[in-house]
Amino acid sequence: MSKKMHITLTVNGKEEEFLAEPRELLIYTLRERLNITGPHIGCETSHCGACTVTLNGKSVKSCTMFVAQANGAEVTTIEGMGGPDALHPLQEAFKEHHGLQCGYCTPGMITRAAKLLEENPNPTEEDVRFGIAGNLCRCTGYQNIVKSILAAAATMNAAKEAAE
Amino acid sequence: MIPAPFDYYRPNDMAGVLALLSEHGDDARVMAGGHSLIPMMKLRMADVPHLIDLQDVEGLSGITVADGSVRIGAMTTQAEIIDHAGLTQVAPIMKEAALQIADPQVRYMGTVGGNVANGDPGNDMPGLMQCLDAHFTLVGKDGERTVAARAFYEAAYMTARTDEEVLTAVTFRATSGGYAYEKQKRKIGDYATAAAAVLITKEGGTCTAASIAMTNLSDVPVFSADAGAALVGSSVDDEAIKAAKEAMLGDIDPSEDNRGPVAFKRHVAGVILARAITRAWSRA
Repeated sequence: MSKKMHITLTVNGKEEEFLAEPRELLIYTLRERLNITGPHIGCETSHCGACTVTLNGKSVKSCTMFVAQANGAEVTTIEGMGGPDALHPLQEAFKEHHGLQCGYCTPGMITRAAKLLEENPNPTEEDVRFGIAGNLCRCTGYQNIVKSILAAAATMNAAKEAAE
Repeated sequence: MIPAPFDYYRPNDMAGVLALLSEHGDDARVMAGGHSLIPMMKLRMADVPHLIDLQDVEGLSGITVADGSVRIGAMTTQAEIIDHAGLTQVAPIMKEAALQIADPQVRYMGTVGGNVANGDPGNDMPGLMQCLDAHFTLVGKDGERTVAARAFYEAAYMTARTDEEVLTAVTFRATSGGYAYEKQKRKIGDYATAAAAVLITKEGGTCTAASIAMTNLSDVPVFSADAGAALVGSSVDDEAIKAAKEAMLGDIDPSEDNRGPVAFKRHVAGVILARAITRAWSRA
């Protein structure tokens, strides 16, 4: 066992402090240490994107990051986006447009889509498909996921215009 | 998947990195984005007792374009390359290639330095650096030296960089004329079955210069001087493209793996190169 490190993380706005071995993967920190089980473990080999979180403004696969690397970072998971009482427009759109079947990929999919829409608020269908290429879904064939993200983009843009 | 234990360091300057490398020798590795190294550590195919994270080291990232030359710091990510308008203006092939590497999440983390220094024949940037005739800056305890990309790769994962050196930047001249990076892969996130980087200049309908390099078709990236020479002086017609393909096939040495047998890879290499040449010529 290697020496434990003092780690500080801000997860969904809440500061967390703990001791951990540097080799601990961020996905395990989130799920097993902090009980934040929205991000899922799918392939655990950086391919499927089920473990996607936003870390310091980047979409990252939390299975491919040591907790030591993330030390000091700000992390947002699906839990930080919206809850049952106040769904994020993306969550609402996935529900409305049937953007999920089994739901396993959904937290990663929505977390990634949120970053995509932040960078490109008016994506084409092609932009969406390219932008979620790091997230695999084995149920939907992606059709309704793409539809959901485009619908959420429209809702978010309309809300932004209304606010201006 | 739990990697073997290691001690973790995050120095904030190069002196700190070099001191750790000199103290721990072979037992230490530097890490940039970690998207080649961490998967290998998780599989326990890489054993790194002392891991040196470069994320806080000053001056290792950023893109500078000045006087017709380009310098890209080793910690610059693929996403930053894609988003850099100034770079795209002087070397659009960089963006075209970076967009074909892995997926969005990996491109936020994956760096140019890691991609070129790792020596994995599957990585795209080494081939591209052959095509661009780039140079790599290496820093060690005896100071800084520069190595041509075309002299850097010795065998799979074996390069001219010594264990106690860190690759800090890549530099190359701004490109002119047409360009293309063409890649055949089985799925998003896979390495190339075959990829080709092509730069071509045209004057009055005649090719005046061409640079051609191939990815994942040997245990090192392949710069094919003969393939480029086959195009020079021609109008890049079918006959010239065929000659370039023949020359390239003489320079590659693919091996069979889960992407297919040797004959298939040679076939794909030819198709991909022809497409890359055609696209580069149409932009010249």
